[in-house]
Amino acid sequence: MPDVSGERAAPIDVESWVCPIPLRDSPNIVMGHGGGGAMSGELIEHLFLPAFGPAADAGMGDAAVFEVNGARLAFSTDSFVVKPLVFPGGTIGDLAVNGTVNDLAMAGARPLVMSTAFILEEGTALDEIAHVAQAVGTAALAAGVKLVTGDTKVVDSGHGDGVFINTAGIGIVDERVDIRPQRAALGDVVIVSGDIGVHGVAVMSCREGLEFATTVASDTAPLHGLVAAMIDTGADVHVLRDPTRGGVAATLNEIAKTARIGVALDERAFPIPAEVRDACGLLGLDPLQVANEGKLLAFVAPEDADRVLAAMRDHPLGIRAAVIGRCVADHPGMVVARTALGGTRVVDLPIGEQLPRIC
Amino acid sequence: MKYLDEFSDPELAGRLVDQIKAVTTQRWAIMEVCGGQTHSIIRHGIDQLLPDEIEMIHGPGCPVCVTPLEMIDKALEIASRPDVVFCSFGDMLRVPGSAKDLFRIKSEGGDIRVVYSPLDALTIARDNPDKQVVFFGIGFETTAPANAMTVYQAKRLGIPNFSLLVSHVLVPPAIAAIMESPTCRVQAFLAAGHVCCVMGTDEYPELTEKYRIPIVVTGFEPLDILEGIRRTVIQLESGRHELENAYPRAVQASGNLPAKAMLQDVFEVTDRSWRGIGMIPQSGWRLAPAYREYDAEHRFSVTGIHTAESQICRSGEVLQGMIKPHECAAFGKECTPRNPLGATMVSSEGACAAYYLYRRLEVTHA
Repeated sequence: MPDVSGERAAPIDVESWVCPIPLRDSPNIVMGHGGGGAMSGELIEHLFLPAFGPAADAGMGDAAVFEVNGARLAFSTDSFVVKPLVFPGGTIGDLAVNGTVNDLAMAGARPLVMSTAFILEEGTALDEIAHVAQAVGTAALAAGVKLVTGDTKVVDSGHGDGVFINTAGIGIVDERVDIRPQRAALGDVVIVSGDIGVHGVAVMSCREGLEFATTVASDTAPLHGLVAAMIDTGADVHVLRDPTRGGVAATLNEIAKTARIGVALDERAFPIPAEVRDACGLLGLDPLQVANEGKLLAFVAPEDADRVLAAMRDHPLGIRAAVIGRCVADHPGMVVARTALGGTRVVDLPIGEQLPRIC
Repeated sequence: MKYLDEFSDPELAGRLVDQIKAVTTQRWAIMEVCGGQTHSIIRHGIDQLLPDEIEMIHGPGCPVCVTPLEMIDKALEIASRPDVVFCSFGDMLRVPGSAKDLFRIKSEGGDIRVVYSPLDALTIARDNPDKQVVFFGIGFETTAPANAMTVYQAKRLGIPNFSLLVSHVLVPPAIAAIMESPTCRVQAFLAAGHVCCVMGTDEYPELTEKYRIPIVVTGFEPLDILEGIRRTVIQLESGRHELENAYPRAVQASGNLPAKAMLQDVFEVTDRSWRGIGMIPQSGWRLAPAYREYDAEHRFSVTGIHTAESQICRSGEVLQGMIKPHECAAFGKECTPRNPLGATMVSSEGACAAYYLYRRLEVTHA
């Protein structure tokens, strides 16, 4: 047994402070399997990948990149089950387009075409579906992506939350780049493109039973323009990820684990709007674990950091971009933050769903 | 947020730490009672800023962690019934019972709803008269007034299909139980500020006198906690043992009188078991006879469920700072965060879970 008498000096993990640890070996799907945290990862690792067998050829990125006749293409799919369908700053339709656009953009790809599949619940008002569909059209137009194919199914009343949407997209990867989590390297500077936690708080503020007044609106936005501006600086961007479910904490942990490097953060450097901090304080949530829909995390070599940051701040979606940390040799596979008071803490993956605490 | 940002200022925190260092001349073991304080200490790295002489012992004040296994099993039994809508605060859904948790019951078809206030559960009861709606009323004195109000309203409004599964526990008897332990190492307490918001501070002078220990009512933001520690150390160093209120912006000596009147009306004091510690006499509340018909344990006849806590778990000794977690034979073997045997391994800020994680870190570093 290692000597544990000096535990004062070690970072202790309470980042995912939800008192009890869940039973992870449930024989059924529980909601936490969809939370984008440790349980989601376990489901993929222990159920899907073994079941798929040799047919699976999946990297850890949000999009697959492959070559067709010399062109590098990115391909990604995502499903959207948000409740409520309409929330401050957007609808499930905006998310469905921007989510897939962003998964492609995080591979350095410009989105070209997209499919949309709607699963509609019996009894849902046509007006509501039209509202969502118009949002899909508007978002696709704004992102410059064509909706080229689709599908519609209806399920019995009570078997869906009004509208579920799946989108899949294909984009063409910029020939100058090689962006993937494995490329995170020692010394890399970690940049976030703006305020974090905004989307999650906006959605929670109007969730049934949890309504609270906030001026926060979702940050849902297509990020490929911002990515193009970053690439155009000529910098070698190593990693890009959009920190959606599970927030910045989940995304940085995945990258640290994949690249086997440590990530050291400075908590004071995070751009967190006061409204997000207050709402998280009220609900007992950590802003680093709250979802974003229009933000990205970039890992770039230190010599490139200044010009990438400058290019981001010149773009409308990166005005509040900030350097939040670095890649280090210590604690490989882990994310550790220096607290505002000067202590340290482990920033861990959220385990399952984020739940408001009792106290 | 006003009254929040001001209390996490790094520069002021540094000054308080300097003052604590200046007055500390010897080793002191201080217990913060409340899990919220433990969370804040670890979350902000406050323990790392303190002089080496100051040892913070993490107390039993996490309501989720100390709710006995038996009560969780009762909740699971009630929640699995087809006619029941089971309402709970969010973080109780993950607490493992003997074999399952509420998430599992939900995945098996149970109607389990997360609510933010117990009064929401009453609304659900009113909207679903053909269902039995149960709220899982756990927690310390802090959460009790809202639960009491809900039962009071259920009776006043005549909502017969509502009931409360009560597992309320009280702080002062827990402090006494810790101090009565023959090998107790705790020399002072940071009392839980929000408990005192409700109850006031009248219960504590008796404890400071009887056990000759300083008790400082302390808040939850970093500066609150540092100020609580500073005042505690000054008392310890000068040989005093008094009650002090370091959280006056929220706590009045008399407490919240309407809340106390409501508690007095709806609840009565009873013996309670604490997960990992065992039975502490007169350490909790149950519904008073006038409200007994709203007691879910009786309504659903689950009073016969008795689940024994683990025989090998030594979390009670860990909670009192008598042993380090790895000195328990079950540590890391039968008992892990995934399969916890006691309170200190259930909660991720519990001492055993923290040690378990630390060991894991060392392995990672190797």
